[in-house]
Amino acid sequence: MIFIASLVLASMAVFWVLAVLPGDPAQRILGTQATPESIAKLQHELGIDRPLTTQYLDWVSGAASGDLGTSYVTRDEITPQIRQRLKVTVPLALAGITLAAAVAIPAGVFAASRHRQVGDTAVSILSQLGISIPAFWAGLLLTTYVAVKWGQLPAGGFPGWGKSVPDSIRSLILPAVSLAVVQGAILTRYVRSAVLAIMREDFIRTARAKGLTRRAALWRHGLRNAAIPVVTILGLQLAALLAGTVVIENVFVLPGLGRMLVQAIGNRDLLLVQSTTLVITAAILAVNLVVDLAYNLIDPRLRTR
Amino acid sequence: MSTTLAFDQEDPTDAPVTNTPHERRQIGANLIIGATIVTAIIAAALVSFVWTPFDPTNIEISDRLQGVGWEGHVLGTDHFGRDVLSQLMVGARNTLFIGILAVGIALVIGVPLGGLAAARRGWLEESVMRLSDVMYAFPAILLAILLSAARGPGTSSAMIAIGVAYIPIVARVTRGAALTVFQTDYITAAHSYGRGKTYVFVRHVVPNISSVLIVQATVLFALAILAEAALSYLGLGAQPPTPSWGRSLFEAQTFFRLRPALAFFPGLAIAISVIGINLLGDGIRDYLDPKLAEKS
Repeated sequence: MIFIASLVLASMAVFWVLAVLPGDPAQRILGTQATPESIAKLQHELGIDRPLTTQYLDWVSGAASGDLGTSYVTRDEITPQIRQRLKVTVPLALAGITLAAAVAIPAGVFAASRHRQVGDTAVSILSQLGISIPAFWAGLLLTTYVAVKWGQLPAGGFPGWGKSVPDSIRSLILPAVSLAVVQGAILTRYVRSAVLAIMREDFIRTARAKGLTRRAALWRHGLRNAAIPVVTILGLQLAALLAGTVVIENVFVLPGLGRMLVQAIGNRDLLLVQSTTLVITAAILAVNLVVDLAYNLIDPRLRTR
Repeated sequence: MSTTLAFDQEDPTDAPVTNTPHERRQIGANLIIGATIVTAIIAAALVSFVWTPFDPTNIEISDRLQGVGWEGHVLGTDHFGRDVLSQLMVGARNTLFIGILAVGIALVIGVPLGGLAAARRGWLEESVMRLSDVMYAFPAILLAILLSAARGPGTSSAMIAIGVAYIPIVARVTRGAALTVFQTDYITAAHSYGRGKTYVFVRHVVPNISSVLIVQATVLFALAILAEAALSYLGLGAQPPTPSWGRSLFEAQTFFRLRPALAFFPGLAIAISVIGINLLGDGIRDYLDPKLAEKS
């Protein structure tokens, strides 16, 4: 319910930002030399001479039935384009978050279990560095040193799943690593502090009093309890990652949603911008919903509340 | 309610809250290193107003893509023959300017919003928090893309977008911290003294949550630098010829096969600034709230 309400609010916000601010799409497409008649004609063709509420309802009802309209510039259907682009963006985001979690969870637990020892300090310094690096700079350095100098992986481009699956996977490796560097560093810090907080709980002391070693108490009781804040952060990060793909896809010239979005801005293709933003926002809201549902699975106590 | 009394001496609740002796404040290494880095960046930005090694926008095609240390160009030249160090110095201005204003927008709107939610509770709190949930779904970069689609790309679009995207974060943090403070005895005392909610919030709550807000502001500042760099990289931030770290990286991408170092320095400048601000934030937190530092 809240999901639907948020989505409706978000769609209004996206529509409103683009509709209220000055700038007529027809004028922009035709340029400054256009006659008022040709502008009026194009406005009518694009349907932007209708009242804003009609335009909004038309767009939203279309979106709800899977039809996001037709691009102002290329006059192509938007939905198939977005579906095509999602085939790059979704695997990239999932690969990024999986890599990040695969490194960060063990690293965070390791650091917490060696609180204030050398291992902890080393992990903290590394994660501090990771947080401070812009993901796209990591991408640039990876293309410069791994792709160009060693020639191991492609520096950019995407062959397409239809052409070659192994080559497509190879071209997503460096982008996924660039995304994972930053998100992994952030996640490490959260995992570390979540585990540290849990280890101060009474039930851990009880487990220790029962004769469990620190490590056994951590494995049997600590990790599951530390999972709640970590899952929250993972959800937020997947959302950030979906937005982060916008930049990374441009670094690696990947034909994903983010690259389409930036190109659409360059082409002044407002309906495409509007629809793509709505899809990304919907994806982010969906991730948040899944996170909420995941709480119940992780912590049975929450079900009774 | 009076918020403009110059002579507030009789109000016993106006006394500052002092720390107990065992929470002695100490200046940690984080604070020193962070403050040094941040001071250096601010200094570089300020010095660039009166002096840079070369004219940062001067195009000298014959000197293009020169290496580090070539004829006085400490960090070399870019594809237009412009001095990289001078560009970085002027770029620092842009970064700091956008960061400060974006965080300013977030604080000016977010703190009263969060305070209102904490003070009034009920449906108002519920709607402020739900609204911030929805805004959470808009990462700064998406908002900025929308804004630049509508207004055209530029520094102000980037700044507003980053600032607006951080409002819900500030509102949330303020509400959380203010809720605890509103329940303390000295707030009850201030209320019973006849002070209105606005006065109590400004005079008592804000100073007591200031450490949380300062730390949050530094975190957001660091994030704003990263967001600005990403936007400039996409061509949605500062427009040429204004030097900007993010755009320098974009321009360097075309030439990284010839001169990998070009893609190195602007990124390093961003990373060092972010590290400096994060360390400064951690240092301030440890200094203002030693109890919190012990937990980390």
